[in-house]
Amino acid sequence: MKIIEFKNVTFMYRGNSEPSLLNVNVEIERGEFILLTGPSGCGKSTFCRLLNGLIPHFYGGELKGEVTVLGMNVKNTPTYELARHVGMVFQDPENQLFLSSVEKEIAFGLENLGLPREEIKRRVNQVIKYLGLENIREKAPYELSGGQQQKVAIASVLAMQPEVLVLDEPTANLDPYSSLELLNIITRLNRELKITIILVEHRLEMLLDKVSRLMLMDKGKIVVDGPPQDVVLSPEMKIVGIPKVIEVYDRLKKAGYEFGHPPLSPEDLAKAVRRVIGFHD
Amino acid sequence: MVSMTEIVVEVKDLYYSYNSQPVLQGVNLKIRRGEIIAIMGENGAGKTTLIKHFNGLLKPKRGSVKVFGIDTRNASVAELSRKVGLVFQNPDHQLFAETVEKEVEFALRNFGFEEEVVKKRVEWALNLMGLAKYRNRSPFTLSVGERKRLAIASVLSYDPELIIFDEPTAGQDFLQKERIAELLNLLRTRGKTVIIVTHDVEFVATRFERVIVMSQGKIIGDGSFREILSNSEILEKARLLPPQIVKCAWLLSDIGVPRDTLYPEELVRKIEEVIRR
Repeated sequence: MKIIEFKNVTFMYRGNSEPSLLNVNVEIERGEFILLTGPSGCGKSTFCRLLNGLIPHFYGGELKGEVTVLGMNVKNTPTYELARHVGMVFQDPENQLFLSSVEKEIAFGLENLGLPREEIKRRVNQVIKYLGLENIREKAPYELSGGQQQKVAIASVLAMQPEVLVLDEPTANLDPYSSLELLNIITRLNRELKITIILVEHRLEMLLDKVSRLMLMDKGKIVVDGPPQDVVLSPEMKIVGIPKVIEVYDRLKKAGYEFGHPPLSPEDLAKAVRRVIGFHD
Repeated sequence: MVSMTEIVVEVKDLYYSYNSQPVLQGVNLKIRRGEIIAIMGENGAGKTTLIKHFNGLLKPKRGSVKVFGIDTRNASVAELSRKVGLVFQNPDHQLFAETVEKEVEFALRNFGFEEEVVKKRVEWALNLMGLAKYRNRSPFTLSVGERKRLAIASVLSYDPELIIFDEPTAGQDFLQKERIAELLNLLRTRGKTVIIVTHDVEFVATRFERVIVMSQGKIIGDGSFREILSNSEILEKARLLPPQIVKCAWLLSDIGVPRDTLYPEELVRKIEEVIRR
């Protein structure tokens, strides 16, 4: 089932002389896990802002074409309505968290929806359990590490039970283990809860083996779009740099060794090498 | 040979705590002129606290820090700043001027450079960081990545001897990371001493002669990138992940790929050898 559709979408911010999105056409199915990448200023954030109506409702500019999310045209749908269906998590959780405890933070959006007290309690407990936040539920967000803060930001969005989750570089300020932990949580949300995920990230190597689809943007256009193993060697990928294991695969291929699909992780490459030499473990 | 080179930073038995929370617990370190060093470790390991001692922002609670022979307890931040440039992780902690150009001019004027020199240095730094086209814009209209580059430009403009970058590649795209790598090469050829605090293992792999790893306020590893990034014990203790190539080498070590393989072309050669055998 189609959950998001962009039809001939062009958007130019007020005061700019060039559009940030240029005739974008894309369809996203329910349950997809999309890695959206591209150089700074390519239009990724603009794309994301259209999904929850921040554009055109808060950012001024000229919007052409149609963006539809769950059958709602974002132009005619108030952002509070879209917020129930499309959750957003940003790079810097500090800007998103402002209450005195994790519990209150998670309950905040639900209170705004006007849900009954019992239902709020139930949902807060549910996400705290699901994300393993029991031991920090009473803490204030500023007492938490960056990784914990991002988990709380995800929790408060998750409590709204959105169908779509948009994350704009959520691990940019985290250390490697915390990043990996967060990406594993996001992967679980996709696999277990069937939430459609759109994740913006520069470091492909952390995500290629997790996502179902890779979208590369450049100068306001989507220039590469498909399952990672099919598109990762497209010439356009040079602008974002391909992960090192794929570089090794590519060099071996050019030297005449056939390994099948490009590897999406070191584990993939190691397996492929073992297959070729007939040494299985 | 190496021992003849001037020591620019000397840390002896350094302890530091915020309130009663110990952050540095006995750090010893010598850095020589011209070294290009990565300091790695998880968030909270003490990396940022350590480098804030190098320009006098923090003073030792115990032990000592000497920078260019000056004991930092006897020097002001202003004195040390002329020789030690620190680029913060969050650019908003250091940007404040009305325009991009004025931002870079500020430090230069502050250090008393002549107008002629100020102009030239501003041009040089803005061009180097790809910001010349934004010269009349307010820093706060720039993207995070651009603001980060502006913070770098302001520090480079006054040509400090020791330059410290806190997480320069965080949130930067591929092209900007390549630019930062080129910048490192430029600083290398100018004989500068450079310290980068980072947990970007892919960026550090093959680029830094010396990698220092911190965990819980102590240095737990100090060596070449090949030694450190292929040492699973140190990486695990510091909660760092190995670079992709090293990870792959570990997975193939039982069939003859050395565990300290680090460059893609090296791994290609080793895999070819294994297949042909």
